[in-house]
Amino acid sequence: MRFIDEFRNSAVAHGLAVRIRKKQVRPVNLMEVCGTHTVAIFKHGIRQFLPEKVSLLSGPGCPVCVTPNADIDKAIALAQNGGVILTTFGDMMTVPGSYSSLHQANAAGADIRVVYSVLDALRIAQDNPHRSVVFLGVGFETTAPTTASAILEAERLGIENFFFLSVHKLIPPAMRALLDSDGVRIDGFICPGHVSTIIGSHPYEFIAKEYGIPCVIAGFEPLDILQAIDMLLVQVTTQEARVDIQYRRAVRKEGNPLALRYMDKVFEVTKSTWRGIGPIPGSGLRLRQGYERFDAESAFQIVTRPPREAKGCRCGEILRGVCIPSDCRLFAKACTPEHPVGPCMVSTEGTCSAWYLYGQEDKALSQLREP
Amino acid sequence: MCLAVPSRVLQIDGLKALVELGGLARQASIMLVPDIQVGDYVLLHAGFAIQKLDEREAEETIRLLAEIAEGEQT
Repeated sequence: MRFIDEFRNSAVAHGLAVRIRKKQVRPVNLMEVCGTHTVAIFKHGIRQFLPEKVSLLSGPGCPVCVTPNADIDKAIALAQNGGVILTTFGDMMTVPGSYSSLHQANAAGADIRVVYSVLDALRIAQDNPHRSVVFLGVGFETTAPTTASAILEAERLGIENFFFLSVHKLIPPAMRALLDSDGVRIDGFICPGHVSTIIGSHPYEFIAKEYGIPCVIAGFEPLDILQAIDMLLVQVTTQEARVDIQYRRAVRKEGNPLALRYMDKVFEVTKSTWRGIGPIPGSGLRLRQGYERFDAESAFQIVTRPPREAKGCRCGEILRGVCIPSDCRLFAKACTPEHPVGPCMVSTEGTCSAWYLYGQEDKALSQLREP
Repeated sequence: MCLAVPSRVLQIDGLKALVELGGLARQASIMLVPDIQVGDYVLLHAGFAIQKLDEREAEETIRLLAEIAEGEQT
């Protein structure tokens, strides 16, 4: 496929790997913030190309994984309201909340429907004028403009039975919270490529300026990731810190100004709670004045029991890169993709799920790695 | 979750487009990139085109990568 195959050339990948191995650097921890990067790194066996001194850590960039139990509980309570059709992306269905998952609630009779796009939810609202259709809006800056567009469409078309439950989150404030938290040691960030198609490169500047940590915005193909790692190592060895764009075919400095304008029109920034990190100021989105009528939380009375966490689950620490899945005693024993305990095992982009699916092979390859 | 796939624009009708994705045609909203033209490549995410792909930048990246690889082999 165009724009994909040419970024998977193995001869070029080997050339890049040689260049990376030749670099004289101290041991470094590079964090890929985005869950889509985590999966791509495993899927393409990127670690086997890297020297021992370059470690890759996974960050808090899987929206499903960072959604706290309380929000899942809220969505389930909403779905159990007889008149409501709850719509959401497939990834959310099997995430365990405090007492059940959306999938279990669906089996018990709640009307919950998986959609590919928020526009499908809008269509369901148009097709069911006597029901209230709630879209559980999960996702980062990549997805938030699509929700904003749908709300603007609902307004334009006068659709009155469409509501929105926001669990949208913003990446740069989470990166700051991560850097300010204990036990985290990061020497460079592989910044999320698709979030950046929307927000551009400016929102990461503070990481380079205030924390002195190099950032490279990367694409998702193997050559993209290897080039980004090489670019990060260049900054590390020259002791510079700036925000570079590797994914130049998709990311402009200014991002997508129209998408940002729609987001700003519909949403305002608010505090949001992240699993594993806690409440982060300015890291969430809620509907702005003038759009409150779409807000599911004010349209419906949502009553939930106090949230609770699964015992022994270390997703919170894994999301901050302070421990790896094999440090968790539930990993691959009580917690598997078939019977997930924590959200990092549920989502296909979760760190635990990626480790479970590809990790063993990766470990074997690391033993074959050149000295 | 932040997956976005390169797709070619086949037809445009107002703010809706027909795009090609792995040999299949599917509907997409172009509300977020209204200036695109038929034949352009866009990144498709959750039913929306979120950004136009820049062919010149893509070729430039490929050229640079090939140069790096060649330099390491010699």
